[in-house]
Amino acid sequence: MMTDEIILRVEDIHKRYGENEVLKGVSFDVQRGETKVFIGPSGTGKSTLLRCINQLTVPDSGYIWLNGEEVTHAGPRINQYRQKIGMVFQNFNLFDHLTALGNVEIALLRVKKMNRQEARKKALMELEQVGLSDKVNSYPAELSGGQAQRLSIARALAMDPEVILFDEPTSSLDPELTREVLEVMRRLARNGMTMLIVTHEMGFALSVANEILFMEHGLIVEKGPPSEIPTSQNFTRTRQFLGSFQD
Amino acid sequence: MSILSQAVIDSLPYLFPGIVTTLGLVLIALGIGLVMGIPMALIHVYGSRPLQYIIKTYVWIFRGLPILVLLFLFYFGIFPLLGLYISAFWIAAVVLGFRTAAYQSEIFRGAIISIHDGQMLAARSLGMSRSQAILHVILPQALRNALPGWTNEYPILLTDSSVCYAIGVAELLTRGNQIVARIHEPMTIFILIAAIFIILNYSGQWIFARIERRYRIPGYGEGDSR
Ligand SMILES: Nc1ncnc2c1ncn2[C@@H]1O[C@H](COP(=O)(O)OP(=O)(O)OP(=O)(O)O)[C@@H](O)[C@H]1O
Ligand SMILES: [Mg+2]
Repeated sequence: MMTDEIILRVEDIHKRYGENEVLKGVSFDVQRGETKVFIGPSGTGKSTLLRCINQLTVPDSGYIWLNGEEVTHAGPRINQYRQKIGMVFQNFNLFDHLTALGNVEIALLRVKKMNRQEARKKALMELEQVGLSDKVNSYPAELSGGQAQRLSIARALAMDPEVILFDEPTSSLDPELTREVLEVMRRLARNGMTMLIVTHEMGFALSVANEILFMEHGLIVEKGPPSEIPTSQNFTRTRQFLGSFQD
Repeated sequence: MSILSQAVIDSLPYLFPGIVTTLGLVLIALGIGLVMGIPMALIHVYGSRPLQYIIKTYVWIFRGLPILVLLFLFYFGIFPLLGLYISAFWIAAVVLGFRTAAYQSEIFRGAIISIHDGQMLAARSLGMSRSQAILHVILPQALRNALPGWTNEYPILLTDSSVCYAIGVAELLTRGNQIVARIHEPMTIFILIAAIFIILNYSGQWIFARIERRYRIPGYGEGDSR
């Protein structure tokens, strides 16, 4: 599914909070259809990096390019770029006052300015994609964690994004529910969706990722295809991290 | 002494317009407070520094002064000074409205800042502008959360409204007093007035409680929250 076309370019991103330099120059390219998985110790800037990509956090310096257009310094046009960059959060951030259908519809109506019928049709299709056809009229508080996360994936998908950012999408779910969410993500990867994923689910990461990027102290310190992790020199530090992870 | 004495029966037709006036004051003030309070809260939370200070000062003044002082200030001072000669009723309604606006803006502000940051992030991540996110995501939730606090302004305004007696608004207490001056049965009449206030108060609260229930979000706030 992966093509040579570079869809997203992250170039020398720096970000500091006061004295705390969280990102110290992060760069990488993402090809269309690719799945990249970010791993690394807590507090190394993985979430900050994802938020810098869609400018929910504004980096101090560096550039983000989406299909060759600069996303950093976009001004009000950022709202157009954000439609193309979906985001799925650890704690879902569903709109609690709207039904499942409403959650998926709202941006179609308000941002894409679709009419009611179009939006509804599209939203129902996305809900079906993530297996929530029977929960269309349920409110977020009435859903299980796994259903809630699948709903938030449907909400992101409805915008027809070029790339989706996942920030620890299963970290607040128990194993049973984690499985159903990962299943949806696996299918997205198979269908050629471009995805950047921060996760601790190593089994999933190894089987789905085209590339694993190990971050530490605000830098990408090691990266490569998952098959190289067990043996390659490129992944010495990563192996150490994963080893300590299992104890 | 039967409550349903002739005095009570005779005075009811005279008190009735007082009830209408009292409810009029309360509902107009609630409306003014709502129309002013929501934008004030939005400015307080999302506005620029200078605008925030204007709102803060307004709230500070209107929550800092006794109602009677406010009433006199506007009735004898501000409105005449501005050359606005409007009836005592409207002055009272506006003053009660300005005052409850200060309280209501604080209720709405509390409700807005209690909405989790993630709601704004999620809305923005979908491409909504800040104002779209506020209008379609933050406010609908905040207003629901504010509803219990907001409806609490009704009994407060209702009980406060009798102060308008002091500037001669023909509300319930004023009219009762006028009856007492004629028939000299203060006990009977004031018990009647008290009973009417109690009925207006708790029946109104019952109605607001029903409205609150209607706007509850299913499953929301029950047990573990997300
Ligand atoms: N809004 C903020 N203000 C100040 N400091 C922040 C802010 N957001 C993040 N940080 C700090 O930046 C650093 C990196 O945080 P970040 O959430 O990006 O790490 P992470 O790699 O995602 O960690 P985790 O695996 O625990 O999610 C942390 O030290 C954190 O305290
Ligand atoms: Mg994180």
